[in-house]
Amino acid sequence: MNIVNFTPLSALIGGMTIGFSIFLFFILNGRMTGVSGIASSFLISKKNRIDNLLFLIGLVLGPIFYSFFTKQKIEILITNSLFLLIIAGLLVGLGTRISGGCTSGHGISGMSRFSLRSIIATVIFMVVGILTVFIKTLYE
Amino acid sequence: MSKIVSLFCGIIFGIGLVISEMINPEKVLGFLNLFDNWDPSLAFVMIGALIVFSPMYHLLKNKEKPIFTESFTHLNNKEINKNLIIGSSLFGAGWGLVGLCPGPAVASLALFNLSSTVFVIAMFVGFYLIKLLDLSTQAR
Repeated sequence: MNIVNFTPLSALIGGMTIGFSIFLFFILNGRMTGVSGIASSFLISKKNRIDNLLFLIGLVLGPIFYSFFTKQKIEILITNSLFLLIIAGLLVGLGTRISGGCTSGHGISGMSRFSLRSIIATVIFMVVGILTVFIKTLYE
Repeated sequence: MSKIVSLFCGIIFGIGLVISEMINPEKVLGFLNLFDNWDPSLAFVMIGALIVFSPMYHLLKNKEKPIFTESFTHLNNKEINKNLIIGSSLFGAGWGLVGLCPGPAVASLALFNLSSTVFVIAMFVGFYLIKLLDLSTQAR
């Protein structure tokens, strides 16, 4: 194992920014942030639909505002085939709803509450994620 | 007021994803590539979010009501069952395939990237299938 591309400071500051957003959503609106929960509720439930939509719009506006004010272009790289993107999207949509949370819901909100459920979920999705990447590298 | 909060929290969350570079799937895959060239940054994002939100949660959890809504939506699902394990595993596999989880996937719509847009559509199809099959697990 080699350590590469490690950016501890921006990771920590970005993480604290996310933690601050979750704190505000909790103390002001009384809700725990989980993006899979917010996105799926927006789609399938009438409860808090406008709030959920506005959160999702904000999530898209965040990077736009960041680029606008810092004059930095955000670059992302996705090299997967269309087929793999569809399979992965379906797995993420199904999996997060079957387990009731994703990286934000279980990984941050749930772990902050010391919820055993969320700790177990986080360990599982990380281990499976690591194994998936490992298996993928065998075929590349 | 809760509507403005929702929008604002989404924006802050999205900015956090950009600062931490978690919006870039390459960065996430670098974290999951534990056995080869490992980028530990994602762990620091989670630590950053946890050190901000966890103490605040424990300090505020017994408050009677949040500031702008009538009550806290408390999550008390403690069940550790096969749904939690299966769901987290499916999510982990999808996450490892492309490097996108729900937060960064939605935020990346800002970049008009065709691949991440396909992923998001598939993810929403996944959410909808859960409703059709009635498999949903209520929040964390």
